[in-house]
Amino acid sequence: MNFLREWMMPIQASEHAAKVDNLYLFIFLLTSAFFVLICYLTVLFAWKYKRKKEGVLTINFQHNLALELVWSIVPLILVIGIFFWGFHDYAAASVAPNDALEIHVTGKKWNWTFEYPDGTRSIRSLHVPVNKPVRLIMTSEDVLHAFFIPSLRIKQDVVPGRYVDLNFTATVPGKHQVFCAEYCGRDHSGMLGDLFVDSPAKYAEWLEKGDEELYKMKPADLGKMVWEMKGCNSCHTLDGTKGEGPSFKGIFGKTEKLRDGSTAVVDENYIRESILNPQAKVVAGYEPVMPTFQGLLREIEIKGVIAFIKELK
Amino acid sequence: MADTVATPKAHGHVEHHDVDYLHDGSLLSWLTTVDHKKLGVMYLWSVLFMFFLGGVFALLVRLELFAPGKQFMDAETYNKVFTLHGAIMVFLFIIPSIPAALGNFVLPIMLGAKDVAFPRLNLASFWIYVVGALIAVTAMVTGGVDTGWTFYTPYSTTTDGSVALMTFAAFVLGFSSILTGVNFIATVHKLRAPGMGWFRMPLFIWGMYSTAIIQVLATPVLAITLLLLIMERTFGVGVFDPKLGGDPVLFQHFFWFYSHPAVYIMILPGMAIISEVVPTMSQKTFFGYKATAFSSVAIAIVSFVVWGHHMFTSGQSQLAGAIFSFLTFLVGIPSAIKVFNWITTMYKGSISLQAPMLYALMFLILFGIGGLTGLFLGAMSVDIHLHDTYFVVAHFHYVMMGSTAIAFLAGLHYWWPKMFGRMYNESAARVSAVLVFIGFNTTFLPQFLLGSRGMPRRYYNYLPEFQFLHQVSTVGSWILGLGFVIMAGYLFASLRKKMDAPANPWHGRSLEWQIPSPPITHNFHEVPVVTTEPYDYYRPFEPSVKGHH
Repeated sequence: MNFLREWMMPIQASEHAAKVDNLYLFIFLLTSAFFVLICYLTVLFAWKYKRKKEGVLTINFQHNLALELVWSIVPLILVIGIFFWGFHDYAAASVAPNDALEIHVTGKKWNWTFEYPDGTRSIRSLHVPVNKPVRLIMTSEDVLHAFFIPSLRIKQDVVPGRYVDLNFTATVPGKHQVFCAEYCGRDHSGMLGDLFVDSPAKYAEWLEKGDEELYKMKPADLGKMVWEMKGCNSCHTLDGTKGEGPSFKGIFGKTEKLRDGSTAVVDENYIRESILNPQAKVVAGYEPVMPTFQGLLREIEIKGVIAFIKELK
Repeated sequence: MADTVATPKAHGHVEHHDVDYLHDGSLLSWLTTVDHKKLGVMYLWSVLFMFFLGGVFALLVRLELFAPGKQFMDAETYNKVFTLHGAIMVFLFIIPSIPAALGNFVLPIMLGAKDVAFPRLNLASFWIYVVGALIAVTAMVTGGVDTGWTFYTPYSTTTDGSVALMTFAAFVLGFSSILTGVNFIATVHKLRAPGMGWFRMPLFIWGMYSTAIIQVLATPVLAITLLLLIMERTFGVGVFDPKLGGDPVLFQHFFWFYSHPAVYIMILPGMAIISEVVPTMSQKTFFGYKATAFSSVAIAIVSFVVWGHHMFTSGQSQLAGAIFSFLTFLVGIPSAIKVFNWITTMYKGSISLQAPMLYALMFLILFGIGGLTGLFLGAMSVDIHLHDTYFVVAHFHYVMMGSTAIAFLAGLHYWWPKMFGRMYNESAARVSAVLVFIGFNTTFLPQFLLGSRGMPRRYYNYLPEFQFLHQVSTVGSWILGLGFVIMAGYLFASLRKKMDAPANPWHGRSLEWQIPSPPITHNFHEVPVVTTEPYDYYRPFEPSVKGHH
């Protein structure tokens, strides 16, 4: 049976996938048997009872209770069996254990973004530890999408305006294909992703380092993303308007007067210190309300913010 | 045998009521006719043209998919082309094909009536169809539509293009469908000939009757849904788009509440034709007449409560999903019973393998595949994997095209001599049938494999690992296309001949075979009196129609 499964199905990357394949194969063999029966009888009768002479009368055969009961009741029992089998596996897969790792997924034309419990984000690449139950909490920012991982045999429509979840426990390390399966317009077929199933150590290392997309971005662009996503934008404007904190516009290289009367030049070290230890040098005219981002930003993200501020002349 | 041969009639030498309907009247009188036969023929040319158009779009889609990446159209064009293929085939070809074209022609004659119950309503229904088709064409040339034929929100309410116009076209076409249904129900209830009790009706009538019930009850829901969609798109009334406070899954419930029964609007007429062709071409009493008749009605009823099986992954409640899955399996049983009945009807028959029967045999095999692959999709855990992949595309093409369209061709070849008074070239018809069968399977069998391996549907581009199967499928579409070109050739050629069709080329026993080919305008000189069951092939023929030659 294995060759049939491997011929028709992607690799099995979870126990659930194996269960789905068992039912798939069962239905395949059952329907193949019925199909062979239908073809055999159709061809046999068409051949055997082919018209030899015109105008003959044929037998009057309209009923056979035993035959009719058999071909009504046997399929009925079989399909009810298939129903329970399919429902059982579906129900089992739709419940997440309490200790599941929760990852937020957002679909937006035509990208997937992922948010991990520690605040790490990634685009298009979903990283999970192997053998760890995962619960994806998904929503869409625009139209319907569907999150589909063939090797796990799971799929869920991602609906704007609500959260839907999708549970799995991946057992096979490596890279697995993610598709968008609900039509969403021009680049629907390009709305792909990769599921990386990592060993726990590799997963922890990845979280530490951050998504590799970060390393491909221009530092200033990365800084702008951090400014938006980490909430810097709620206090620091880009156009010179005064907010809860000083605007970033034209700030780099300026000499600022501080609350304690001393002065400081806004350079790389000053920005870095203000992110990690914001109360150390607060500019005069502002309250010391900024929280520390110690442990919340990676080195590369801090560099990005510095580059971003430098560019805002 | 009382078979009569219609002699070609010289014009002007016969009384008006003896003129065959094809030669009765000017072009204007055709366009304003209330004769069900002329309306059937006009519907036939309309749906055949739409089938051609939808087929061209299908070939373009397959050609673009010959290799990954761009072949000759960009993604936006591709999305419009597959949408047009689906919308044209569903709303303008399959739904009206059998009931409005063949049904209109055959149903009143089979019942022994001179026309349908409401002939003028029938004319209105035809022109509403034409108006709907014209609106659809306008939508195509003024921006196009890229939503898929399912118009899922909120994509359909936010994308550019002529979505409102296209939905309005589907809205208008729905009324044509409803009016045909109303007409058929009234005709079956009120215009049966003396002696034709409900269980003396040919099974074609039972299928048409069940279809009509669904058309009348389900289509209004589509009309409401499309109207709400148009209101949201045009006036910003929030029904489906969450940004306006709506619910996109609600649209799917509304849409499939119509569109699943619509699947049976498409397949029941196909089954109805097979129930006619198999006993006649086998010269055999129908096995399980009542079981088949009641199966049609049972399918019509259960079809209203299975719509949620299109939505296992949509976010609907899991309990609802389970109930829909269970009911879906139940609806399979009447279909299985029908298949066994058709096959058993052939047992010890005297089977002619002429073109109509070849298509009927093809139907049995292709519907076998289409029906049985439905079991994979009804099982919830398996459906989650297969939903929205090519497996589903293959499955519904085996049902819509492999079954309904093939049954339509069986019916077309079966009643063509009756409709036009000419026989087509039988050898050409066999060649074409074989090409269609091979081409169809080459196109769609590989798609099951693509789907189970994870290839999602409605993809403009695809991963290289799927290329081989896509190429096989595309080559299949060319074989299929060639089969249809040959078919068009011999059917048109037959129309250029003199009228040569006998009244009863297949030795059938229902009423349409007891009048000349083509029929006279009023069908019967005298009201026929039915004294036998519809498929009494075990005893000598007793005609019910008197007064012909």
